[in-house]
Order: sequence, then structure tokens, then C-alpha cells
Amino acid sequence: MGETSINFAKASSAALQDQQLRGNFRRAMDGLMSKRAVQFADTAEWNGVRTLGASVRLRALSKLPELLEKLEANCTKNGIQVHWASTTDEANAIVLSIMQRVNAKLVVKGKSMVSEEMHLNAFLEKHGIESLESDLGEYIVQLDEAMPSHIIMPAIHMNTKQIAHLFKQKIKEAEYTEDVAQLTDLARRVLRKKFATADVGISGVNMAVAETGTLCLVENEGNGRMSTTVPPVHIAVMGLEKVVEKLEDVPPVISLLTRSATAQPITTYVNMISSPRKEGEKDGPNEIHLVILDNGRSGIYADEELRNTLRCIRCGACMNHCPVYTKVGGHAYQAPYPGPIGSILMPQVEGLEKRGELPHACTMCNACVEICPVKIPIVEIMGRLRSEAVHPGDAVKGAGSHASKAEAMVWKGWSMTYASPLAYQFATALLAKLGNAAPASLPLLKEWTNVRSKPRFASRTLHALAREKGIPDV
Amino acid sequence: MSHDGTISRTDIERPAIERPDSVYFFGTCLVDLFYPEAGMAGMELLKAQGVRVVFPQGQSCCGQPAYNSGYREEALKVARAQLDYFPGDWPIVVPSGSCAGMMSKHWPDLFKGEPDEARACQVASRVWELTQFLVQVLKVKFEDQGPPVKITWHASCHAQREMGVTDEPKALLRQLANVELVELQREKECCGFGGTFAVRHPEISAAMVGDKVADIENTGAKAVVSGDCGCLMNISGALEGGKKPVRGVHIAQFLKERTHG
Ligand code: SF4
Repeated sequence: MGETSINFAKASSAALQDQQLRGNFRRAMDGLMSKRAVQFADTAEWNGVRTLGASVRLRALSKLPELLEKLEANCTKNGIQVHWASTTDEANAIVLSIMQRVNAKLVVKGKSMVSEEMHLNAFLEKHGIESLESDLGEYIVQLDEAMPSHIIMPAIHMNTKQIAHLFKQKIKEAEYTEDVAQLTDLARRVLRKKFATADVGISGVNMAVAETGTLCLVENEGNGRMSTTVPPVHIAVMGLEKVVEKLEDVPPVISLLTRSATAQPITTYVNMISSPRKEGEKDGPNEIHLVILDNGRSGIYADEELRNTLRCIRCGACMNHCPVYTKVGGHAYQAPYPGPIGSILMPQVEGLEKRGELPHACTMCNACVEICPVKIPIVEIMGRLRSEAVHPGDAVKGAGSHASKAEAMVWKGWSMTYASPLAYQFATALLAKLGNAAPASLPLLKEWTNVRSKPRFASRTLHALAREKGIPDV
Repeated sequence: MSHDGTISRTDIERPAIERPDSVYFFGTCLVDLFYPEAGMAGMELLKAQGVRVVFPQGQSCCGQPAYNSGYREEALKVARAQLDYFPGDWPIVVPSGSCAGMMSKHWPDLFKGEPDEARACQVASRVWELTQFLVQVLKVKFEDQGPPVKITWHASCHAQREMGVTDEPKALLRQLANVELVELQREKECCGFGGTFAVRHPEISAAMVGDKVADIENTGAKAVVSGDCGCLMNISGALEGGKKPVRGVHIAQFLKERTHG
């Protein structure tokens, strides 16, 4: 493992010790799972809309380059300025240059996972620009100087009491209260003041429609709407996979997205942004910029199997249903995208040297695959990445970086034994005789026996029993 | 599995087949070493239905451990070695959802582009999980001969999500008149075994199996029945390790005990 590699095991170990955190996640995810189940109670409807959603995303990906060109052309025609960034550094630089041109000092942000991927807040701060998260969850996380722990509910790891303490500590005018309505109101008052004076608003994009040059944004709190309409300049950032072909592709995807994410049939706001303020219009920014980020995505696109990763509509359902995520929480992944989708996306975007542990943060139980509204074969991609991690190749950045001679030898020995009936029967007979003598302190066995009894080898194998009982061999 | 790799129940359901004269039994490597009595019980259940059971002595393992660890060439080598031992066109019955899933869902991908791809796919298409075969093909009817007992059922992830086996095992258990089946609150949740996951991430795995054990205890059941030896090794290991008075038992063995005394 390289120096920069992220230690999932260590971080998850800390999370597991934290009973409060574990309780917060278990409760929250249980609630989300049961609410979602109600939304998709009709299996036939679920199968239908899911197939439709997956086909919208697949069709978009099948002609991605063409659709991106179309998107750029139509956005430009509508007066939206389109910028391309191949790395997060480039994307940050583009955002900064727009800010500097309009002399921006204060930015309000709607929720955007791509801006998390860019570490945009820290970058702007370094350049003397205050950037304020306006989504309540993001705002809480920002006050706490932490990372979001979930892509839909950034502050899901905290309970009301913890938030109450945080507000009291970080907001000047705050009185201590655990009343959720009062807390929300307090945040709203702080944010409203900032909206009025912000120079630039930043948002993410849930979908961009190629055919019409429209940016779609779903949200519940109205903060996204404020960030995209009140400040004179709006910058939207999106990953290049977020494009869909036609306007009619939007409804099925939104329906899957909101029901999978928060179990809502529809969100409070669905913003469709198609141009800056026109003559005679009462609101809207004078300038809209769209920054389209690659950051490794075109590499993912190039591989037919890995490409399926880009289908994701960022609903977070895979996290909610992941038994590993539910135990350790989002921060253990130390990535903007945690959980199953993060475990396949991060290694592809940032390379296997750094993120090669993530595809192993999974028991391959397939709960995520069962739930994913656009049918991403997450576990298969997970398996593929495990294989890339130990074999040199050029499909994924850092392929082969986790190759260990010892591990390779073990599997080689295993395959030689298991591929030869004679060797296999010899080895298993030996284990049946002597296996139980192995001390529990052996590596691997030690980890196993921390909470479990030692597995006991039977005195005779099934092969031996079948022979004795005269079960025919052919 | 469909071409895009995703699972839906309609993909999984096996086409109906006629009751065969003979079947192959694929024992799996865990059963072979740790639970041979479950394997024997599985074969006896089949024989009791008047089916001839063949156990090819050359078989070893479906290749899943290496496949899931990223060593696909090694997995291929082991999987390929199995192909020779199932030459007849009889069904291949497997007392483990996980190994059945590997053979029937992943072998086609594993062998893609290989000279023996067609042969591997042919073998894969004949694979059945044991309870699925007992219910769907043999349409068994069991008569319970044991004393009253309360049990619970743990659903293995691969049986339910790769093989589409969800109701079959419970339907079998419900045929037993003196057996009270109490369902787990989180029946579908993974027990934290995950092959090498349990040793690669022992703490997370321990937390997962801890939740599973608590769920089992809450039911007040005397035994937890499962169709997969990986899960069973993990769960009953944790039950024993925590000195809980609940035993873990493979469904084949449980059914055999209840029906043949
Ligand atoms: S992978 Fe699927 S379930 Fe997970 S966030 Fe993306 S769309 Fe949602």
C-alpha cells in the first residue's frame, strides 16, 4: 500500500468503538429502509420504472460524447457558459477565475457532491473567499469542520443533541436548545442573511438535458433555489456523466431518485434552469456557468464493464442498505462518496494505490445491487476492481499496486491443490486428521476466534463418507 | 443474471424441469471439510425421493474464494477442473446457495472467451440449490417425526440474491408439524462472513455477526437453520464463542433429523 493510501480498516475500527455513532446509523438506516420499502411496495411498478430508469442512463452513456457536445451547444445557445475541467484542480481554477472576475467575497452553496470531490470550500477559503453551505445538513457538517457522511443526508451521523451543542458552540446568537424546529429556524436565519449579500451561488446538477440545455436540480429546503436565483452569478458543477438525452428522460429518473433517496414521491422543489435572467424577468442570475468535470470519468467510460459505474444517480440507497456502511458510517470511507458506490467510484477516480482497500469493504452480499434503482452491478465491479488491484494492467489507475507476492503464492498453491483431485484428496485428508491441532493464535485464525469458536474439521471428509457409504462416483 | 449484471427475480427463476432419474451432488469445499454430515444428509434427502445420487470423487471447489479475492486465473483453473466430473446431463444439486450462485451465475463470466466457455455454461445451467431443487423439481412432502421445537431461519445472501431462493427453505420448514418457525427481524441482512471479509475486516465482521446473534436470541429459538456453510460457520461460531444456548444447523441435516428419526 502506498503512503497516501487511506486506511479503511483503522477508521472503521474507531467508528465501531463509538456506540453513539453506531446507534445513530442503525436507527437512521433502519428508518430509511422501511420508508423506502413502502414507496416501492408494488413490485411490478418497481421493476418497470427501474428498467426504464436504467435504460435512460444506459442510453445516455451509450452516446455520451455526442450528448455532451449537444449539451454544450444547447446550453451556450441558452446563454449558459460551459467550461470543461479534466481535473478537480482545473475545475477549482475555473470557479476561482469566475469569482475573481466579479470580485466575489462570499459564495452560498447548494448541496453538491462534485464540489466535495473538488474540496472546493477549502480551496476557496485559501483564496480569501468565504463559502457557505446552505443545505441544512451540509451547513451542520461545515460548522463541525467535518466531511459529509452520506451523499443525501450529510449530517446523518449526528443526533439532535450533538447538533444542539455544535450550534451553541459555533453560532454567536445561539441559545442552547434541542428543539428541532428552533434549531432549523436558527440556521435559516443565519443563512438568509448571507443569501442577500452573496456574490455568487454554487450548485450541483442532478441531471442535464442535452436536447434542451436544461439543468435539473431537486431539493427540499429551498436553499438550492435561493443559491441559484438570488446571487447575480450562478455556477453549476457536474460530473460529465450527469447528462441525459431528452426532457422526457427526466421524470422517471427523478421518481426513482427521490423515492430511493428519502422515500419521497417527489421533492419540494424541482428546479429546471435553462437560461440566465432575460429582459423583463423578475429574478434569476445574470450569468450562469456550467463546469463539467471529468476527473477520471472518461477513463471509466472507456471500459465497457466499469462504465456502468457512471449510471449512478446518487440516490444513496446502496448506502442505506449496506450492512457494512450501517455498521461503520460514512466517515470510515474517508471519501466524498462512501458506501458501495463510493467503494467502486473512488478507486476508479483516485486510483487503486490510494483507494484499493475500498473494494474490500464489502461482503459481496448484493444488498446494494438488489436496491440500486438503475441496476448498477456494483458487486461485479467490486470483484473486477479487486482483480485489477492485484494484476498489472491499464484499465484502472494503479492496477497491480496491491499485488503481494505472498498472497499470490497462497492462491497459486490453492489452485494447484484444488485443481488436482489427487492433491485435493491428500490435502483434505491431512486437514481432517491434523487440522484441529492448529493453535488459535495462528494469523487469520486469531482474527476469526476473537469472537467465534474455532471451526472444527470433521474427522472424515464428505468424499470419504460418500465412498464408505457406497455413493456412486459416476 | 441479465447481460448488464443485475439481479431480478425473473432472471433467477429456473425453467421448470422434469423429475430426473439421477442427479449429481456437488458437495462444496466447506461441507467437505467441516460439515460432511450436512452433505450426506442432503444426498439422503434426495435418495429418499427415489432419485439416484452421484457424487463424483474428482470434485473439489467452485472457485469462489479466489474469484472473490481478485485471483480470477486461479479460480478459472479450479473451476475448469470440475467440468470433467459432470458429463451426464443430469441436474447438479448443491447444498449451498453461495457455491450454486458461483457456478450458475459467475462461471459464464469467468469462462468468457475461453475455449471451454460453452461447456462451462452448459454445466452452469444445470446447477440447483438444494432446497430449490427439493421444492421446485421434486415437490417433496415431509412428515415431521421430531419433538416440538422453536427454530429460526437465516437467509444466505447468495441464495436469496443470486439464486433467487427466498421462500423455498421456509416452505420446507413449515411442512414440519412440530417445528415452530419464528422469522428473524433482519432475515435478509448479511451475517458478515463474506469469505475473506471475515478475516480481512474482523472487527466489522464481528459487529455484523453480533447483530445477527442478537436477532437470533430475540426470537427465543433453540436452533438457527441455514442453507450455507459459510454463514453457518460464522453464526454458530459466534453463538458458541458467546456461550449462547442456540445451535446452528444446516437445513439438510435438520430436515433429515426430523424426517428419518
Ligand atoms: S449506485 Fe445505485 S443505489 Fe447507489 S447511489 Fe448510485 S444509483 Fe443510488
